Amino acid sequence: MTENYFELFGLAPSFNIELATFENNFRKIQSASHPDRFVTGTAAEKLSAMQLATLANEAYQTLKSPANRAKYLLELQGIKAISETNTAMPTDFLMQQMEWREALEDAKAAKDIVALEQLHAEIQLEGKALHANLVDLLDIKKDYSTATDTTRKLIFIDKVCADINKAIEHLDN
Amino acid sequence: MALLQISEPGMSAAPHEHKLAVGIDLGTTNSLVATVRSGLSHVLGDEHGHTLLPSVVHYAENGVVVVGTEAQKKQNSDPHNTIVSVKRFMGRGLKDIDTTQLPYHFAEQAGMLQIETRAGIKSPVEVSAEILKVLKARAEEALGGELIGAVITVPAYFDDAQRQATKDAARLAGLNVFRLLNEPTAAAVAYGLDNASEGVYVIYDLGGGTFDVSILQLSKGVFEVLATNGDSALGGDDFDHRIYCWILETAKLSPRNAHDTRLLMSKSREAKEWLTAHAETQISCLMSDGEFVNLTISCEQFTALTANLVQKTLSPIRKAMRDAGLSIENIDGVVMVGGATRMPQIQQVVAEYFKQTPLTNLDPDKVVALGAAIQANVLAGNKSDDELLLLDVIPLSLGLETFGGLAEKVIHRNSTLPVARAQEFTTYKDGQTAMSIHVVQGERELVSDCRSLARFDLRGIPPMVAGAARIRVTFTVDADGLLSVSAREISSNVEAHIAVKPSYGLSEDEITNMLKASFNSAEADKSARMLTEARVSAGAIISAVNAALEADSALINKDQVSAIQDEIKRLAAICTTDDTDAIHAGVETLNHATEEFAAVRMNASVSRALAGKALDEIKL
Repeated sequence: MTENYFELFGLAPSFNIELATFENNFRKIQSASHPDRFVTGTAAEKLSAMQLATLANEAYQTLKSPANRAKYLLELQGIKAISETNTAMPTDFLMQQMEWREALEDAKAAKDIVALEQLHAEIQLEGKALHANLVDLLDIKKDYSTATDTTRKLIFIDKVCADINKAIEHLDN
Repeated sequence: MALLQISEPGMSAAPHEHKLAVGIDLGTTNSLVATVRSGLSHVLGDEHGHTLLPSVVHYAENGVVVVGTEAQKKQNSDPHNTIVSVKRFMGRGLKDIDTTQLPYHFAEQAGMLQIETRAGIKSPVEVSAEILKVLKARAEEALGGELIGAVITVPAYFDDAQRQATKDAARLAGLNVFRLLNEPTAAAVAYGLDNASEGVYVIYDLGGGTFDVSILQLSKGVFEVLATNGDSALGGDDFDHRIYCWILETAKLSPRNAHDTRLLMSKSREAKEWLTAHAETQISCLMSDGEFVNLTISCEQFTALTANLVQKTLSPIRKAMRDAGLSIENIDGVVMVGGATRMPQIQQVVAEYFKQTPLTNLDPDKVVALGAAIQANVLAGNKSDDELLLLDVIPLSLGLETFGGLAEKVIHRNSTLPVARAQEFTTYKDGQTAMSIHVVQGERELVSDCRSLARFDLRGIPPMVAGAARIRVTFTVDADGLLSVSAREISSNVEAHIAVKPSYGLSEDEITNMLKASFNSAEADKSARMLTEARVSAGAIISAVNAALEADSALINKDQVSAIQDEIKRLAAICTTDDTDAIHAGVETLNHATEEFAAVRMNASVSRALAGKALDEIKL
């Protein structure tokens, strides 16, 4: 059984994936391997269904998220985007991070859900711009070093967005 | 009258034969059983044609267990021995429940709460099993045969302990559980297939005791849950309770005995139902001390009394929408499920929130059971060309206790099932051979704010210096949403032994004892039954493996084929003996012998599914 998520989905390893094919193939794989298909099957059949369906879900989650997809593509190149020895960030991005964090803290303190939602939308937009860069860096230029920096930014953006959602949820309770 | 052809159980002749499978909605207030006949899902009725079975169990003085409408009649006269809304107790401890308004005597003990009745101490699992037994009997009577399996619905927001308790109850009732299915997903299946819907749908499911919201993407027979949320302690019962409190307050009643409490709760419930279609209602009843209560409540008063309960359902909706990354414009329809959604104030708030009229064209009491029956029919294999596929999610994150009482998330909520995650641990003392792992479920950061699921003791770690051992613990959540854990020490490849202590569940021993107690037959009957069951399962695996060989023996080499055939012959030979244990062992051996074949077949079928891709091209 292949461990390569792109191969599993019948896709070429690239950042820019054909979303419709990706979604369709995921459903085809699940249709063939989901444990629901083997409810009356043997224990051996149930086991392999469980294993394949779990792998397909893991692969789907990884490739669906642009940050994780980029991280995974780099891993296939033997590059760890996030590691203890690889934490450098350009100064301007660090400044921006700090601004976002401050805005998050301010909105949290003011219990301002609308401000949090706006911040979330703004950062998401920033992330979308990075996606376009990654297509260029990973698929065309194969500039893995710059792509690693960009991926790290994207991972960071996802993390801030998750924290904003957590803050909104906290205020909502 | 035509003669029925009866075959040995499990040895059923024709493959095209319709297999008997049902969907069961085990509800807080009412339970239902449904099945698919001639391609259509039907709810099955009792001998009087009643389809809703009140989820009430009465332990009568003559030792008989009464379930349903007859039991309901006893709730005022014998409240201690008449258990209503038992679903609220499933997988729950005493401290989770507000017991002040409940007429029961609870047994003092840790873990899942227990109720003292005249028939002895009863676990909620046993009480639920009584309801399931009645539904099973109803279905077998109506369908004229033994069921091969059932799909049982649970609230999407049920945690692991509540799900496990439900599955245990089904086992006690003698049901083969095909799948635990989330109630909103079941409703989506019934609704989606009925209306040939495509797009993004929200299922708003307010039952007697639980609230769920699920957001699903419906596309070509695939029902993919994008996010789910809810409140497993909010339901129609709470609306009754608001009226009850209002009566006490308005009539200036002193605290009541169990009988009066029950009576007032029944009156509150009637008032709630009446107010669905009327502007006001009168509540009058005679208390046990002779005091007469006579009050009038209007629709506006009721709406005001319950406004914050209705509002309470909006927070889970917002969470689910955020998790799915959707906004209100993305929603193609909102389907209302559960009897409580008949209340006009609920429909109004939902309509305001989603800016569209909610869909109420299916019977909110039956839609869950109907959907479960459709899924049961597919799982039984009655429709081979069916496109129906349900992809559901885990409702609450799973985590581990780490230093300082913090919960570290291992599997995040709304992950598609089945899902597995591995986590590595190390020892912290030299020569340490055991460690304790505490698994919790919930979104909060502190372990004390999450739900304790189980404690695992890992033993048999080879002694090493502190920090040298690498123990890989794998958490697997299956399609029922149930967790299992395995552990292995990586450097020595030693499988660590796991002792599971469920925090609110029943241990395997307890279940076995309950099952034994439920066989009131003689010892000889019991072993005869076990032998028959062993032979049935052996017959089932032999025919399954034979069918697999017939279809796909080309996928493996001749030696592998004959090795499997030898095991089949060996098992068939053992089946002619009366040795139950040997038959079980033979089944196990045959299973093991076919593991590789099963994996190869699975890969081949995935390759076939990805159209246009040759086998070797995909290299599965």
